[in-house]
Amino acid sequence: MSERIFKGRAVVKGNASAEALVSKGGFNTLASYQHSLMFGDKKGKCSDQNNPDLYKKEMAGKALCLPQTIGSTTGGLVLYCAACMERQPACLLFSKEIDSLAAAGAVLAAVWTDNPMPTVDSLGDEFLSYVRTGDRITVLEDGSVKVER
Amino acid sequence: MELTERQQAILDGKEGEVKAKVMRTLIMYGETFGSTRMVDITGEYGHLVTSFGLSVMKPVYDLMDTLIDGGAISGQKFSVDPRPLDGSVPSNLIQNLFFKVMYSKQADYDAQLKKLGILADDAYTCTCYMDEVGNTPKEGDILSWAESSAVVYANSILGARCNRNSGILDLFGSIVGCVPYFGLLTDEGRKADWLIEVRTSKKPEAQLIGSAIGMKVMEDVPYVVGLDKYFGSLDDEAKAYFKDFGAATASNGAVGLYHIENLTPEAKRMGRSLLREGYKTFLIDDEVLENTQRNYPVIWKDKNARPRLAFIGCPHLSRAQLESWEERIGNELKRKGAKKLSIKTVMTAAPAVLKEFRKSDAYKRLESYGVIISYICPLMYMNNPMCGSMPVITCSNKLRTYTSARYFKEDELLAIITGGAL
Repeated sequence: MSERIFKGRAVVKGNASAEALVSKGGFNTLASYQHSLMFGDKKGKCSDQNNPDLYKKEMAGKALCLPQTIGSTTGGLVLYCAACMERQPACLLFSKEIDSLAAAGAVLAAVWTDNPMPTVDSLGDEFLSYVRTGDRITVLEDGSVKVER
Repeated sequence: MELTERQQAILDGKEGEVKAKVMRTLIMYGETFGSTRMVDITGEYGHLVTSFGLSVMKPVYDLMDTLIDGGAISGQKFSVDPRPLDGSVPSNLIQNLFFKVMYSKQADYDAQLKKLGILADDAYTCTCYMDEVGNTPKEGDILSWAESSAVVYANSILGARCNRNSGILDLFGSIVGCVPYFGLLTDEGRKADWLIEVRTSKKPEAQLIGSAIGMKVMEDVPYVVGLDKYFGSLDDEAKAYFKDFGAATASNGAVGLYHIENLTPEAKRMGRSLLREGYKTFLIDDEVLENTQRNYPVIWKDKNARPRLAFIGCPHLSRAQLESWEERIGNELKRKGAKKLSIKTVMTAAPAVLKEFRKSDAYKRLESYGVIISYICPLMYMNNPMCGSMPVITCSNKLRTYTSARYFKEDELLAIITGGAL
């Protein structure tokens, strides 16, 4: 068992503990959630064929580790819908500064739903290089992220 | 966040709890990006990216009801992205069944948009800034828009100021009349991070060079040199070119603003002083563009399938583009001794543009070639899995990016739809 702690900025404060799901490339929110939202898949299976790290993997309840989100400006409302439908990731962990679309989704979920997603950004490239899908993640309110394997 | 008296009153619930929540959302959003104040929206009209009544987006429509019931109506009239359905666009029985289920909320959502403040019954287009539509911001206007191709056009070609907002937040800004001040609203945020040098042998395809730039610079601001020589001024032809160029930068990357040397308003006024210290450089020649196109994945099951449909017009075409396509198709058919296209082809434009275009002889000729004219959103059409599995071709890089449609340059597409092979 090894563990490392990374410190980022808490965009939406909160505690979370979940299994890591890692996207090394940009996370296309609409493409990833499209099928899950359209076809009632409660586990939030990723439908983005262009994302080999996540394609067909379950996103609901996972600690989603990513650089930034990309794609359609419906991204924020897609995350909001996922949160309303309880298919959202347990938390969002960004290696870079959060982008405007993901920030909108995280804020909408925090203010308008009962399922906020603790969100931490600016964790650094080292975080994304280190963390692996399946690692145990613990997020604290101050933006600390513990990675255990 | 420092608020004006009016903004503070809204946050304190003086105009209702729902509006207070809307304001709280925008403040939290702005603070994420270090914003310390909210600025008034000065653009006359808003524009919403969410035009579709997708049954699975129920939470969005529930939220709209909450806004309407709470008196949180848009303070400005707004246009909306294109409608997802148009009976004139070819579809079979199974596809129609899917459309019916997928977009079962469309009528309800249209009714909500009316209550919230849509500009007109036909104000559904991604090119709301066309003269015929009338939602054309002025230079310096502050906007609360989200449609990526409209945001990049408004910022770059019109010199308005708008961040790349998400859907829902576009409406929220229009409801409270202000947006957080950061990013592309600021002078500093509008400086260029990249100098793009264009050294191609001829005028590059707008959708292709936009794609190459978008993929390179992602969310940064590019300052492009070497394109102005192909245009005398920012006339209708140039505006249409940069509409498509911008849509590709915004969908293949996340560009919200670009500057074109000697053409776009800020580049004309400030020149290379717009370049940020330590800017990066990217050279684009013919080889870069060829490689860009070669690397697009073709995700058709049968890569040699005969195309069943062609889409032209994502983003929606301008009147000049419709006329240009009519001329090119007519000439090509004549050259090949044919009268009609060999592949069903749909051209899309704003309802208000089509209304005018339908009065012209060019429209009659285009129809006689078999072209279907529509106001539909090709992206929404392709979201239907039964349509997405069809071999569809397009000269839109945005459509290629988000769907299974296969990209061809305009001349290549023209050759295919008039009887040529893939």
